[in-house]
Amino acid sequence: MKFFGLVWAMLWRSRARTWLTLASLVTAFLLLGLIQAANSLFSGEQINLSAPILITQARVSFTSPLPMRLLPQVEAVPGVASVSHSQFFGGIYQDDPRNFFPQFAVNPERWVRTFPECVLPPDQEQAWRTTRTGAIIGPQLAQRFGWKVGDKVPLKSQIWPLKDGSRAWTFDIVGIFGSKVADSCARVGNMYLNYAYFDEARQFGNGGAGIIVVRIANPDDAEAVGRTIDAMFENSADETKTQTEKDFSLNFVRQLGNLKLILYSILGAVFFAILMLTGNTMLQAVQDRIPELAVLKTIGFTDAHVLGLVLSEALFLCVLGGLTGMLLSVATMSALANAPGIAFPPINANLQVWLFALGAMLLLSLAVGVWPALRAWRLSIVDALAGR
Amino acid sequence: MTALVSLKGVSKTYTRGKQAVPVLEKLDLDIAKGDFLALMGPSGSGKTTLLNLIGGLDRPTAGSVTVDNARIDQMSGGQLAQWRSRHVGFVFQFYNLLPVLTAEKNVELPLLLTSLNKAQRQKHVETALEIVGLRDRAKHKPSELSGGQAQRVAIARALVADPTLLVCDEPTGDLDRKTADEILNLLQVLNKQHGKTIIMVTHDQKAADFATHELHLDKGVLVEQSAA
Amino acid sequence: MQTILAITLMNFRSIGNRIGTSMVIVVGIACVVGVLIGMLSMSKGFEKTLKGTGTDDRALLLSAGVLSELSSGIGPDTLPLVRSLPGIKRDAAGQPLASGEIMVITELKKGAGPRPASVNVALRGVEPAGLAMRPEVKLVEGRLFQSGLNELIAGRQATQQFEGVAVGNQLHFRGSTWTVVGIFDSAGDAHESELWTDANTARNAFGRTGASSMLVQLESAASLQTLKDAVTADPRFRLDVTTERAYFTSQTQNFTRQIGILTTVVAVLMAFGAVFGALNTMYSAVATRRVEIATLRAIGFGGLPVVVSVLAEAVVLAVAGGALGAAASYLLVNGMTVSTLGQNFTQVAFSFAVTPDLLVRGMTWSVAIGFIGGLFPAVRAARLPIVEALRAA
Repeated sequence: MKFFGLVWAMLWRSRARTWLTLASLVTAFLLLGLIQAANSLFSGEQINLSAPILITQARVSFTSPLPMRLLPQVEAVPGVASVSHSQFFGGIYQDDPRNFFPQFAVNPERWVRTFPECVLPPDQEQAWRTTRTGAIIGPQLAQRFGWKVGDKVPLKSQIWPLKDGSRAWTFDIVGIFGSKVADSCARVGNMYLNYAYFDEARQFGNGGAGIIVVRIANPDDAEAVGRTIDAMFENSADETKTQTEKDFSLNFVRQLGNLKLILYSILGAVFFAILMLTGNTMLQAVQDRIPELAVLKTIGFTDAHVLGLVLSEALFLCVLGGLTGMLLSVATMSALANAPGIAFPPINANLQVWLFALGAMLLLSLAVGVWPALRAWRLSIVDALAGR
Repeated sequence: MTALVSLKGVSKTYTRGKQAVPVLEKLDLDIAKGDFLALMGPSGSGKTTLLNLIGGLDRPTAGSVTVDNARIDQMSGGQLAQWRSRHVGFVFQFYNLLPVLTAEKNVELPLLLTSLNKAQRQKHVETALEIVGLRDRAKHKPSELSGGQAQRVAIARALVADPTLLVCDEPTGDLDRKTADEILNLLQVLNKQHGKTIIMVTHDQKAADFATHELHLDKGVLVEQSAA
Repeated sequence: MQTILAITLMNFRSIGNRIGTSMVIVVGIACVVGVLIGMLSMSKGFEKTLKGTGTDDRALLLSAGVLSELSSGIGPDTLPLVRSLPGIKRDAAGQPLASGEIMVITELKKGAGPRPASVNVALRGVEPAGLAMRPEVKLVEGRLFQSGLNELIAGRQATQQFEGVAVGNQLHFRGSTWTVVGIFDSAGDAHESELWTDANTARNAFGRTGASSMLVQLESAASLQTLKDAVTADPRFRLDVTTERAYFTSQTQNFTRQIGILTTVVAVLMAFGAVFGALNTMYSAVATRRVEIATLRAIGFGGLPVVVSVLAEAVVLAVAGGALGAAASYLLVNGMTVSTLGQNFTQVAFSFAVTPDLLVRGMTWSVAIGFIGGLFPAVRAARLPIVEALRAA
């Protein structure tokens, strides 16, 4: 539009003020983006887990291992494509809890069958099956610690002591798995150990399968299959609870507490503050420019024109600051995900977050622009020119 | 010949709080096309008020104001704005250029209200700047111009839409003698060679000497009319 | 000095003209400080609850290398041996004050509504010595459980955070039914989020042997070392010995670290935003006072009074904002109780704690922000070319 140049020029009337206001806006929207990311992380939206996987755990707590003998029974349930099991190892690497990453003792052959979206080169798969202390890792883990095939990884298990009482286990990396299709394998930060060796070497709990992982043939059957499995073991010594992997993770997260409330309160406070600040800036900006706006009116710009100019200026300001802040937050998230040494899941700002942010920008523009715009609309040429 | 500008029985009263302050009282005035009129008088005499009425910046409390056969005292605010954009060019004592825009962008402002496209607008701007002799300063900001140059840009802006009237409020008030004379010469050229009707408020007799007609205002009443 | 004071006071008197702008600093900083204190009070509260659990004269024995009672296990053969270790106080009858305790994970519902979350709650089987050793545990309603019956007592927080926990109610988990017969207080520590029953009852109900951990009363604080030495010396034991308080303190790490990261990120960003805002506002304030300042300097006042007056304005406004934020935080959040996952993957309830040191920290932040936000504009105001400023009048 032909008025763009005018609005843009007016925006920069006071360079310092505009830069500072933009800086505040960028900061506020950066925070918005990060908080939204945290929120989506904790509300399970980021869990890129497909419906075909169900988790069967001991009813009371997933920390109670289910016995191995349940496996063939689960396999027999109609709708079940393949069954695997997984025992959390709970190992600490190099005595530093900050190095935390999940390790699971699994049956190699079952694992491969149950997660076809995670691909392992055949020779590495072979090595895993035949090497007692063999372990495979995801690419994110490999990148994080710089591990290659052939490296030895010592782990101290907080849960499982060896038969001699020590907790110092050592595993050999025999393979690095990848995604069949981009990002299809969600387990890229995990390590998988050979269950046979683990079960034989551990001091207690032998024969415990851990949780049972069920791959169903048709994602729509999730609820039905789950109920069938649980019904099978109801009132037995091994009562189960089966849910989709997504719900499983969600339930865990929900136990962390009402984070949403906290995050949104922070957001609310931030926005209130930024509203006040930007609103004040716009008011000041218009106040300073009363004579210039009066001149525009003498030239023939109508009251509506001038109102529009001020609103446009507010819009430019908020959108410019807002978009920059959001882009920065996206960049920050991806930098964190790729940073070595930190276990950060890649969080993608989805459409919803962007829409929310854009909505916030528009609302903000309106809120900060309406009063100054009305001021500009109402100003009397004669009074303004006379300096009143 | 009918006057270009015709005021009949015009009164203007301001209300400051509870007080009514009369500024102009039943004024009659005719200005012919091609006139260069100097409006003089002591401060508080109402000359700026009169100028505002002629320029369509304000409406009279009573009476009629006719410019080029249009009754501007009966126009609404929005209509007046549109009328001004087509018929009046303003020149102020303190130039009133937008400091954030270059000279040529300042001059372009009135054209933004027309339906001319970018190329056409550019052409008009160049012509206007040519007339005031500032083509080479087109890309400079007001802070980079001298007082005289800024006023020329203001005059170019006032001219660019080819208005019926040029309304000037103390155009040389902030300039030194030499520069003031240059500006007044320019105004004279615009009047004599380009046929522009100019109404200029001034308190400087030397400035008034450049005009073709002179009017004196005292306490809201026209006191004397003289041809220069 | 007098001039500085005079100019500063003059400045404050003119704030009325700038009230809108001034409110921006006050409210902006109030928000920053309020949020900060709110978040910090969360970790404070969590820490308080856990660090307040246990004492230094009681020791906790766990299997070596575990991080929590849940993963720990002491075999039935080892238990009697541990009881007779040196350093453990004995009661009037000569019996060791030692309680072998069993941790059982149970499942309760949290939150009303259509989809309450299933959460894990710790059921602790205690021996009679366990109650004797813990004078801070007091029954506030109902009665103690009887041995041999599936009865339990619930901590006060457990009754508030989880559904269906009240005297007379029955709870079902792990295939058994239990009756709540009493409610206990435990000075607000972590045990209030637990359910307690008799150790033998728990063993029988859930087919367990031995114990998860053993809590012992030490003869004296110094006996801790005696106990530790005895444990190390004996190859039959692979146990870790710490004071009970030290154990619970170590449980706070994960949560405080996570909250710490979140708090730091939010705090830093908000502080930046606040500084930008303060700078913006103070530049504005200085601009509106430009003529006044220039006049003062033209008269002959030096730059210092001007700087001080502007700086003082910024700091006072910021402090006002900080106080407002601190008060808001205290009123809104202090004492609010929530529960989250403890190290055992069981729920721990805690209350937000807005402590005096947090309030002080918040005020310090506001002073810092006000100072930075006021410094640059102040210096600028003092160096403005006088003539230019006066001309603008």
